[in-house]
Amino acid sequence: MQHFPCPFCGLRNETEFHFAVEAGHSRPEPAERVSDAEWAAYLYANKSPKGESREVWLHLSCGEYFILSRDTVTRAVLGSVTLPGVTR
Amino acid sequence: MTGWRHQTLGRNIDRSKPLRFSFDGQDVDGFAGDTLASALIASGQRILGRSFKYHRPRGLWGMGAEEPNAVLDVRHGSEHWPNTRATLARAQDGMTVTSVNAWPTARGDMFRLMDLAHRFLPAGFYYKTFMALPWRFYEPMIRRMAGLGRVDPSCAPRADVAQVSAECDVLVIGAGPAGIAAAKAAAETGKRVWLVEESSQLGGTLRWRGGEIGGTPWQEFAAATREIVLAAGGRILTETTLWGAFDHGSFAAWERGVPERHWRIRSTRTILASGGIERPVWFANNDLPGVMSAEAAFHHLILYGAAPGRRVLLAMASDRGVPVARALTDAGVEVTLVDARKTPVDCGVPRVTGRIEAAHGRRGVDSATVNGKRIACDTILCAGGTTPTLHIWCQAGGKLDWDASRDMLVPRPGTAPMTVVGAAAGVLDLETAVEDGWAAGSEIEATNRPAPKSPPDHVFRPDPSLPGRQWIDLQNDVTLKDVTLAAREGFSSVEHLKRYTTLGMATDQGRTSNFAGLTAMAAVTDRTIPATGTTTYRPPFQPVPLRAIAGPARGALYHAPKRLTLEDMHRAAGARFREYGGWLRPATYGAGDETTVARIEAQTARQSVGVFDASPLGKLDVIGPGAADLLDFTGYVRMSTLKPGRARYGFMLSETGIVYDDGVVLRLAEDHFLVSTSSSHVEGVRYRLEDARQDRIGRGRVFIHDITQGFTTLTVTGPKAREMCRKAGIELPDLPHMGVGQTSFEGSPMRVARISFTGDLSYELSVPANLAHALHDRLDTALPEVGGCWIGLEAVLILRAEKGFILIGKDTDGATMPHDLGWGGPRTRREDEYIGKRSLFTPEAQGDKRRQLVGLRVRDGDAVIATGSHLIEDQGARRSLGFVTSSCFSPTLKRPIALALLENGRDRIGGSVQVFNDGEVRSAEVTMACAFDPKGEYLDG
Ligand SMILES: [Zn+2]
Repeated sequence: MQHFPCPFCGLRNETEFHFAVEAGHSRPEPAERVSDAEWAAYLYANKSPKGESREVWLHLSCGEYFILSRDTVTRAVLGSVTLPGVTR
Repeated sequence: MTGWRHQTLGRNIDRSKPLRFSFDGQDVDGFAGDTLASALIASGQRILGRSFKYHRPRGLWGMGAEEPNAVLDVRHGSEHWPNTRATLARAQDGMTVTSVNAWPTARGDMFRLMDLAHRFLPAGFYYKTFMALPWRFYEPMIRRMAGLGRVDPSCAPRADVAQVSAECDVLVIGAGPAGIAAAKAAAETGKRVWLVEESSQLGGTLRWRGGEIGGTPWQEFAAATREIVLAAGGRILTETTLWGAFDHGSFAAWERGVPERHWRIRSTRTILASGGIERPVWFANNDLPGVMSAEAAFHHLILYGAAPGRRVLLAMASDRGVPVARALTDAGVEVTLVDARKTPVDCGVPRVTGRIEAAHGRRGVDSATVNGKRIACDTILCAGGTTPTLHIWCQAGGKLDWDASRDMLVPRPGTAPMTVVGAAAGVLDLETAVEDGWAAGSEIEATNRPAPKSPPDHVFRPDPSLPGRQWIDLQNDVTLKDVTLAAREGFSSVEHLKRYTTLGMATDQGRTSNFAGLTAMAAVTDRTIPATGTTTYRPPFQPVPLRAIAGPARGALYHAPKRLTLEDMHRAAGARFREYGGWLRPATYGAGDETTVARIEAQTARQSVGVFDASPLGKLDVIGPGAADLLDFTGYVRMSTLKPGRARYGFMLSETGIVYDDGVVLRLAEDHFLVSTSSSHVEGVRYRLEDARQDRIGRGRVFIHDITQGFTTLTVTGPKAREMCRKAGIELPDLPHMGVGQTSFEGSPMRVARISFTGDLSYELSVPANLAHALHDRLDTALPEVGGCWIGLEAVLILRAEKGFILIGKDTDGATMPHDLGWGGPRTRREDEYIGKRSLFTPEAQGDKRRQLVGLRVRDGDAVIATGSHLIEDQGARRSLGFVTSSCFSPTLKRPIALALLENGRDRIGGSVQVFNDGEVRSAEVTMACAFDPKGEYLDG
C-alpha cells in the first residue's frame, strides 16, 4: 500500500487516490486548428518515463487534483504540489 | 513407535492438564501447551502423511512454517482447518485430526503403489503425458489422487476476524535474540516499537539452546524488553504471522490468537530479525519417517519433552549440532555424531567421521549406511547448515548475495528499506547477533568486525554420485534425478526448474528445498550459485486463510450496495430487490413469474399510472457565475442557452469522443444547475466536473456538490399522473414538458420536474430524504383510486425500451459517439470548445460504416430476440454488422422489440437483416429506435 501526500490532506493510503493524467500536456485547441496527428499525440503519446515522473492525481476523499512527483522504478515519492495558481 | 515423552523436560507443557485428540482414528494423549507436532512425536506416531506424488510415507521434519510433511486436516467442534501444519497448531482436547493425501489413512494408504511406478513419473510427467486427450478427461482422476486437504463446504468459516490498521515508529519482525535486543534498544530511545513473533514466546532459539544476553539470563532480558516496549507505547504480537511486505513501509500480519485479528501495519523503520532455518542433509531415502531437522528435535525435546527416538545418528558439519547431541544424551538418548569435517573437535559424544550415504527401513528409519557400513538407528537428525529466512526482505524488493565464506545467500545492503540482523543476516554467533540487533534498534553503526576469511571445512550438498533417490523437495516429491532431468531438457533457470518440477511450491514455499534445488542445479550445470540465480518471493510468507484477510467483508458486506431510504416501504409492498448500478432497487412488486409481473406493471403504467423510486439517479448541484461555462465545456449539448425553469437532455463525452454518460440538466436559476447522471456514474461525472472546474473554469467561479443521497425522488408516470397527484394532495405547478418548478409539501419545498423516461406524462417529485416516507404514504394511498400501482425497475426498462431511450454502457459501447445515436446537431453546429469535440472529426468518426442505434422488429413469431445476437446481411458473407443491445416483449405493442447497434443502421431503416445467435438465424426489419408513440402524443397525458 503506497502512501501519497495530498497537498491538502497530508499522507493517505493509495486506495484514496486515482491517477488522472501525465502532467505537462496542454490541450491543443481550438479543435478546428488541430491536426489529426496533433490530437492523437495529445490523447495517446505519453512519456511514461522509467524513473522520475510528474503526474496529475486525484484525491478522491477531498476531490482535489494535484501534481505528484514520484519515481516509477523505486516507487519513492518525490513530492506533491497543488495545480498552478492554487493556494491552500 | 519410536518417539517418547521425557519425564521432566518440556517447559511449555502443563502436565496437570492432559488432553486427548484423535489422529487417523487412533487416540493421541498430550498436555495443555502441546502442539499437534509435539503430541504426535511424544505418542510415538511416525507416519503423519503421504507424499504428494508418490504417496511415500512421511514423518515430521521441522518445528515451524517450514514443515513440509505434517500437513493435517483438523476439525474441532464446528471448526474445520484443512492443510494445517502440525508444528503451528496447538493441540486441543477433542480435536479430530486426519492425514491428507492418503486414503484411508497415512499408515495404510491405498495409493502407496504409486511409488513403485516412480520411474514412469519423472519431472514434467503431467505435461508430457496428458496431451493426447483434452485435460478434462484426466482431471477428475488426477485431482482425486493429488492435492492436499479438501475444503468442506458445510463448514462456513466465521466472518469475525477484525481488520485493524496501525502505525508504529519501529517494526521488529522476529523476537529471537537479535530481535528482542533491537526492540529493547529502540524502546529505550522512546520509540513506539511493534515486535511481531510467529511463535507464542519471545526468545527464539534461546528458548531451547539457552544463553545470556549482555550478561543477563535471556528470560530476564526478554521480560525487560516486554516491559519497556509496552511502557514506551509499543505492542508485542505473538502467535502472529507477518505475511507480507508492501510499499512504503506497509506490512500485513495475521494474529492467530483470541481474538483473531488481521493487521495492516505502517512503520517508519523496519528491523528484520526473522532468523534462519536448518537445511537438510542429502542421502538416499532422506525422506523416510525418522529423518528430522536436528534443531527441530532440540526444540521439541526442551519445550515439550518430546523425543524423536532412542538411537539417534546426528549428521553435521559444524559445531551447531553439538549442543543438540548433548541435550539428547542428557535425556537418555543414545547419540552418535556423524561429523563430515576432516578435523572435528572432540565434544564428549561418540563420533564417527564421515557421512551418511543412505537411510533404510520400510515405514521409517531402522538403520543407515555410514562410510559403507550399516549402523542400526531409529532416528537420523540433520544439521545441514542454516539458510537465512529472507522472504520479507525479498518481498520488499531486497536482493541477495552469495557469501561463500558462510555458505549462504545473504541480504545485499541497501536494496530494501529495512535493516536485517541476526541469523537472517547470516550472523549465527549469539553475541554478534545481539550486538547488531542493539545497534539497529538504537540507530547507531554496528561495530566493524572482520568477516570470517576461510570457507567452512565442509558443506553439505546433494551428491549425484551416490546411488538411490535423494529427495530435494519433500512436499512436492522432487528428487535430485528430477533436477538433473530438468537441466538436461533445458529447464536450467531456477524459475523454469520451479515450474517444471514444482520444486519450492505449496505451503512450505521451498523453505527446506530451495537451497538444495539451487545448489543441485548449479552442480549439475557446472555453474556458480550466483550464476544460477534464485526464485522470486511473493506474499504470503506462509499460508494465511482468506477468512483472515477478508474479515467481515463477505456476503452482503462484500462490496455493499447503496440502499434506498424507502427500502422498508418497498419491502412491505412485496418488492423483490436486485442490484442495479450499485444500488439495491425493487425489480418487481408482488409474487408470480418476474417477467409476467414486469409486463403487467408496464401495462398498468401505460393505461393508468405507475410510480417508481428514481432516487438513485445522480443529482449534482452546480452553482456559481461559472456554472454555465463549466457545463458547456464538459457537455456535448449546450446548457448556457437553457432558460431557468427548464430542463434539457444531454451527453457527457470523453476526450476520445465516446459517450460517457447521459442525463437531464435542470436550470433552477441563472447561476444554479442540477445535473442528473446515471445512477452508476455519479462519482465519475462529479470528478470530470471537478477536473474542468479546477483546471479551466476557475475554482472561485463555480462549486459542485453531490446531493444524490440527500433527496428521495418518486416518479409518477402514466396518462393519469396528473389526476393521481391531485388525489394525493400535491399541488402541481403548471409545467410544460421539460419544465421544472417547485411546490410545497408538508411545509417544505418539493421540486417537480416534467421529465419522461417512459414516453408518458411524468412528474418527478423530489423531497429531502426526511420527508420520503410522508411522500410515499400520500402516493400509496392515492394509487388504488386511479387503478395504478408501484412499478419496479424491470417494468421501467420495458417502458424506456419501447421509447428507444438508451442506457449508457448497455445500448452504447466503447466506440459509440453521439451522432451514432442520432444526436448529430451539436457536432455540426457548436463552434465553441467542449470535451471530446476534436475526436468527433477524425477520419474514424466521419467514416461511413459506423454502428448506429436502431430498432428491430422480428418477422417470425413472438419469441424475444436474445440480447447480444449478431446482425448479419440477408445475403452474402456472414460478417457481423453489429449486435442486439436490449430486447424484450412489449406489452403495449404486443410484440417483441429490440434495440441494436448496426453498421450504417439509419440507412438500413425499412430494410432487413438476419439475427444470428448460437447457430439460429432469424429475420428482422430495421426500424427507428423508438417503437412506441414516435410523435410524442402521449407526453401530455
Ligand atoms: Zn486531499
